Amino acid sequence: MASAARELTPREAEAHPPPEAVVVRFAGDSGDGMQLTGGQFTLSTALAGNDLSTFPDFPAEIRAPQGTTFGVSAFQINFGSTAIETAGDQPDVLIAMNPAALKTNVGALKAGGLIIADEGEFGARNLAKAGYAEGVNPLTDGSLARWQLLSFNISQLTMDAVKPFGLGNKEALRCKNMWTLGLALWMFDRDRAPIVEWLKGKFAKAPHLAEANIAALNAGHAYGETAEISGPLKQHHIAPAPAEAGLYRTVTGAESVSLGLVAGARLAGLPMFFGGYPITPASAILHHLARLKEFGVTTFQAEDEIAAIASAIGASYAGQLGVTSSSGPGLALKGEAMGLAIVTELPLIIVNSQRGGPSTGLPTKTEQSDLYQAVYGRNGDAPMPVIAAASPADAFDCAIEAVRIATQFMTPVILLTDGYIANAAEPWKVPDMSGYAPFPVHFLAEAPEGGFKPYGRDARLARPWVKPGTPGLIHRIGGIEKQVDTGHIDYSPANHQAMTDLRKAKIDGIADHIPEQQVTLGEESGELVVVGWGSTFGPIHQAVRRQRARGRDVSHIHIRHIWPLPRNLGALLRRYDKVIVPEMNTGQLKTVLRDQYLVDAKPLNKVSGQPFRIAEIEAAIEEAIG
Amino acid sequence: MNDMTPLKTSPKDWETDQEVRWCPGCGDYAILKAVQRTMPELGVRPENTVFVSGIGCSSRFPYYMETYGFHTIHGRAPAVATGVKLANPDLDVWIITGDGDALSIGGNHTMHLLRRNLDCQILLFNNEIYGLTKGQYSPTSRVGTRSPSTPFGSVDRPASPCSFALGSGARFIARGIDTHKKLPEVLKAAHAHKGASFVEIFQNCIVYNDEVFAGFTEKKSAAETQIWLEHGEPLLFANGSKGLALDQKDLKLHVVDVVEGDWQAAGVARHDQTNHGFAQMLIDLSPVDGMPMALGVIYDHPRPTFDRAVVEQNQKAAAGKTPDLQALISKGQTWRVEDRPHTV
Repeated sequence: MASAARELTPREAEAHPPPEAVVVRFAGDSGDGMQLTGGQFTLSTALAGNDLSTFPDFPAEIRAPQGTTFGVSAFQINFGSTAIETAGDQPDVLIAMNPAALKTNVGALKAGGLIIADEGEFGARNLAKAGYAEGVNPLTDGSLARWQLLSFNISQLTMDAVKPFGLGNKEALRCKNMWTLGLALWMFDRDRAPIVEWLKGKFAKAPHLAEANIAALNAGHAYGETAEISGPLKQHHIAPAPAEAGLYRTVTGAESVSLGLVAGARLAGLPMFFGGYPITPASAILHHLARLKEFGVTTFQAEDEIAAIASAIGASYAGQLGVTSSSGPGLALKGEAMGLAIVTELPLIIVNSQRGGPSTGLPTKTEQSDLYQAVYGRNGDAPMPVIAAASPADAFDCAIEAVRIATQFMTPVILLTDGYIANAAEPWKVPDMSGYAPFPVHFLAEAPEGGFKPYGRDARLARPWVKPGTPGLIHRIGGIEKQVDTGHIDYSPANHQAMTDLRKAKIDGIADHIPEQQVTLGEESGELVVVGWGSTFGPIHQAVRRQRARGRDVSHIHIRHIWPLPRNLGALLRRYDKVIVPEMNTGQLKTVLRDQYLVDAKPLNKVSGQPFRIAEIEAAIEEAIG
Repeated sequence: MNDMTPLKTSPKDWETDQEVRWCPGCGDYAILKAVQRTMPELGVRPENTVFVSGIGCSSRFPYYMETYGFHTIHGRAPAVATGVKLANPDLDVWIITGDGDALSIGGNHTMHLLRRNLDCQILLFNNEIYGLTKGQYSPTSRVGTRSPSTPFGSVDRPASPCSFALGSGARFIARGIDTHKKLPEVLKAAHAHKGASFVEIFQNCIVYNDEVFAGFTEKKSAAETQIWLEHGEPLLFANGSKGLALDQKDLKLHVVDVVEGDWQAAGVARHDQTNHGFAQMLIDLSPVDGMPMALGVIYDHPRPTFDRAVVEQNQKAAAGKTPDLQALISKGQTWRVEDRPHTV
């Protein structure tokens, strides 16, 4: 999102989508390497200076049966010379590597859009696997008339290109994705050199494979260039997006969360302990952190989700920054241990890369349906701060903010991302770390005047953090209700009331130490405000921008701090006549806002496992204030 | 770094000011005393010692030890302890658990802690019953145990804690009895072993399962029903009048009579605490079958510990690298946008 400094002009906003942006979707079998192709195309797009946003969409099965519709893996990228904040509503170009990919993706393609299909894969067997009736071939029966169709035998062209390298049939066909990438690079006037370098590195141990893939890449590029075909296949040049000066890279949410956690731990002056258990789509964070030992990171792959959080709590108790991460089902398992961290008042970061639920749900699809679980999902009165990232780049700052709150207030903190944020890539202006104020942790090293109180409190109501091993401060903690100040076991009625009140007051008080809610786009009052959180930022922002360009009185408020909510939010919301809350759930933030502020927040919900389209939010705005 | 120099302490130094809240006559009192008597002999410092427990009667233990202590949640003490030890390997970590805590709700964590070989002591207070929840049968209760949840007697077979530990890859397995004078010796051996030291302590629950171990703990018959193991020493009991011999044909231990102390003539085997197969045979001996209960150190065969391996790998992976955060976040394929408008 928003790496571009320039916003759309009203004229640009009129267009759907703006002319300087193109949406391309690569779709193929899960074995066709579409995610890899998309990833490399993303890199070349970033290097060309375009702003971009991507949406990887892949099946839960590692090797779903070949050729089937449920085995289709797709990668969509929206790039352009203006600010790009979503992966795009409808693709302009669909590259379909087989009948199943065409069948499942063509419906999304913009009318008049371009289909590039590998006709070599459209044999009777594959057509049947994709569920086409016998004798029906969409490439020839005219059913794709709404779109422009270019089909050629990519499989054969690839085989021809890699022939000199003596690869077997199977290996040769694996180069298909590079042929396709080559063609795409030509279409958008891109430099092949970085991809060639990448291939050389990737296949350093098998140079003949590197050569074959490079040959396929060049052949695809040459195919476009020699223009054996005319008509719809033409070269486009998308000018770079004007952006703030500085160093850029692409980043996925999983990467930026990992980097943000490392940065946060350093700003706090703490080594980090990460306890994790493999789960889609959160595992990538464990993978990234496992390589960063020199930053004082210890990673521990635990035996289950409970052990992952319990070990992180143990590490926090011993004086490190305990971190755990999971997705919805894992969060559910961690619930009891979160309560332990709340009662023992230890810092802890819990990252939840949300996915479709309930239960196993949609492991590889995105959803925002764990907000209730994050805010309310524990036994007892168990308040805990919750922060939600808007995008891959935003997740970096959110992770740092989570560490700041956890260590300054001695509390576990939940950081919400989702499958979309975790996997999607976007350009990120690399921040200058010297601009971040450190928030060093002070461990209590000796008894203060008046004696040591394990559950004594500072001005923020945080209790002292004492490392075991510290002489003179020996004490015990645990999950049984603690006595005010001493931390001894105490079940007495007055004490439980006092401790429950203290725990609540401590978390509520964090609202004094977070920024006030700003209006993200628009006015501080008016006819309508669209309130969002998490990865719906992009589509909401674009929809509001376009509707404002059309003269509608609509504003956008994006909430990062889900709990506690910013102090001024209630008053701010009351200044609008209407409030719409688009969410990829059945209305969870909506319920929280109604409960907290008695505002008539109206839900706009989508739980298909796919992100909102800009048009869907625009339609809701038009309906509300027509 | 913690101050690791040995410290002279007395049992008193390991007692807290907290009122002990177990039932009068509970075996836990005796175990607490045994631990408090053992600690001074280890030369360790209270501030470097952490007792971690789960949930259950036994798990109140940390409140009564003048050390750092963490009373966690049901079954999860091994997982919390793993985080504590990995975060600070200098700490001397003791896990206090029970049969329900360690083998039922926390069975998974116990298994993995043992196979990883985290350097710590695990004291499993086995009373074959759920005490704190008022007397339900537990995973170690014998078939036929009548309890509020099994009014007609339990029908499922019990787990053997030491068998479970051995099967999980434990490298130190020992047994003791709550009130037995040799318990401190067992605890000392457990502490001396580098790695996960698993100790099953038969603990009498006076309220819900009184005398369940009387078959081998009663003083008057103890000599006949207990065999205390010593590495390298013959497997003798009943004041030396009986021993255990290995039958080469069925590969089983049999009780043999020892005449005038000539245990060699009787074919009595010597205890080898590094022998895995032997450990299994000793664990399986049951007074129910007329065999003595094997007590003391059954298995002690050290190998490298998990915490050490993690620390060494971390150091190796970090060696020669400078933790430059700015460089880290600037990694990968990057591009620079200049102040002037960008043209291609």
